[in-house]
Amino acid sequence: MKLSREEIKHIADLARLELTAEELTKYGEQLSAILSYIDQLQEVDVAGVEPTAQVTGLVNVWREDEPRDCPEAEREAALKEAPELEDRQVKVKRVLE
Amino acid sequence: MKLNQLTIKEAAEKLVNGEITSVDLAKACLARIEEVNKELNACLTVCEEEALVEASRADERLAKGETAVLLGIPYLAKDNILTKGVRTTASSKILENYIAPYDATVIAKLRMAGAVLLGKTNLDEFAHGASTENSAFGPTKNPWDLSRVPGGSSGGSAAAVAADMCLFALGTDTGGSIRCPASFCGVTGLKPTYGRASRYGLVAMTSSTDVPGPLTKTVLDAAIVQAIISGPDRFDSTVVNREVDDYAGELKENLFGLKIGLPEEFFTAGTDQAVSELIQAAIAKLKELGAEFVKVSLPHTKYGVPVYYIVTPSEVSSNLARHDGIHFGYSVNGGNHDIKSVYEKSRGQGFGPEAKRRIMLGTYALSAGYFDAYYLRAQKVRTKIKNELDEVLKKVDCLLTPTSPHPAFKIGEKMADPLQMYLEDIFVTSPSLAGLPAISLPAGFAYPDPSGGTEGLPVGLQLIGPRFGESIILRVGHQYQKATDHHLSRPKLRALNNYETLSSRA
Repeated sequence: MKLSREEIKHIADLARLELTAEELTKYGEQLSAILSYIDQLQEVDVAGVEPTAQVTGLVNVWREDEPRDCPEAEREAALKEAPELEDRQVKVKRVLE
Repeated sequence: MKLNQLTIKEAAEKLVNGEITSVDLAKACLARIEEVNKELNACLTVCEEEALVEASRADERLAKGETAVLLGIPYLAKDNILTKGVRTTASSKILENYIAPYDATVIAKLRMAGAVLLGKTNLDEFAHGASTENSAFGPTKNPWDLSRVPGGSSGGSAAAVAADMCLFALGTDTGGSIRCPASFCGVTGLKPTYGRASRYGLVAMTSSTDVPGPLTKTVLDAAIVQAIISGPDRFDSTVVNREVDDYAGELKENLFGLKIGLPEEFFTAGTDQAVSELIQAAIAKLKELGAEFVKVSLPHTKYGVPVYYIVTPSEVSSNLARHDGIHFGYSVNGGNHDIKSVYEKSRGQGFGPEAKRRIMLGTYALSAGYFDAYYLRAQKVRTKIKNELDEVLKKVDCLLTPTSPHPAFKIGEKMADPLQMYLEDIFVTSPSLAGLPAISLPAGFAYPDPSGGTEGLPVGLQLIGPRFGESIILRVGHQYQKATDHHLSRPKLRALNNYETLSSRA
């Protein structure tokens, strides 16, 4: 499985990663090699096999939907981690042009 | 014997008898950290002040007659486990200054039990790796040979336990990250059943296989810690509501009548001769102790690594999406950047190479047109791996394998080729994909230097148990350790040459 430079650029764009030209080349080669190795999965007969996304077998674990108090100190500590705040809200750059 | 060299069991007895205090223990560990960490780089953060406050508090509780088994015991936690008020970096530049506003459930449980947090240990960035070389803050060195890796991703925790910087450490295991470093550093490492202990407050990597677990000096100590950190949690609905067994009690039983499976796919030509010999010696020892061995087959074992390297990057690409330069962590948000370039620049500069590789691999595997061929197919092969292990474990009580095909490798040896590093996981991924408990314990030393220059390199054996069968593998491990002394060896750290003189200060 050989990935083209355009494909690598597209993947980086989907992943929201700004990569240098050097990184694009390096990851292109490495991902191609890794995918070639992974391609051996194609030889396994999986007809009629259900996919496994989790192993506990738990289904729909419910609890009461009750609001919980958040201590003021914890709230402040969480807000302090945001790079930009305005009126105690996390500030986000313009989304619409 | 220095206090920092004690096991949990030994220290707890001395604390309860009033022979020593928790403050003495903490100070002995802090002195040892001070002495060797510059060379080993096992700890990223040491919270001396907080530790001494917690130790004093533990001493007050002890003075009142409390006897909880971890009360006053100092430990280190892998730096991808959130600790309120103490920095958690996940060994990433993107979280370099992150201070969590809350404790992970496992940390909260240890706090309640009176254990004393000394600091945070180094790991591969976001736990991506098998050598701890992928840390943004430099590699950890193996205390048995400073030119070698400690294994990964919980390499800092394993090296710290081996070098007696703490009485035990917490790690996380997603596809071998507790067992691999335990084997390379000659300590005991338990990966519990998925759903046994809460993941709340672990920096999420692969949500369907991540588990927290202990790295300790003995199997008995692993049993003690695992019992405390297990059990349901209102903040993690994937924890199974099931009683926690009396691990430390049950491991006292002998091994007569126990049947252990040897999966032929784990005993292949690719394994280092010295490792094979030590594993065979361990099998012989367990036979002497009453265990019966049978050959079994797990034909899908060879697909474990390729399945893992689709499932893991896919979940990683999703879990690491939260690191966006907006909510917390490293951010490039000055100037007139629009929101997309804030994301792209913060992530492009904040993540290291392996995190980027996994994000890209996962993004690709989940993208339109490739989902069925990669992700869905991997999840189906995962079913086969899981079913085959569950079936075999109905016929035997547990499985025995090498933890790794070889001892610790040289720093830098596998960094140029990510696929080489992925193949390190060959014996440890399938129990993770199946969610089964597994433990690595010291089985002896390979390549001792006859001139006495080095002790040789530790080799680990792995025991894999049935779902929620921690008791069985702990029992086999404990009985093995009662009959052997590999786990009692400690690295002499000769390169640091003044170990004895310096540690007498403690």
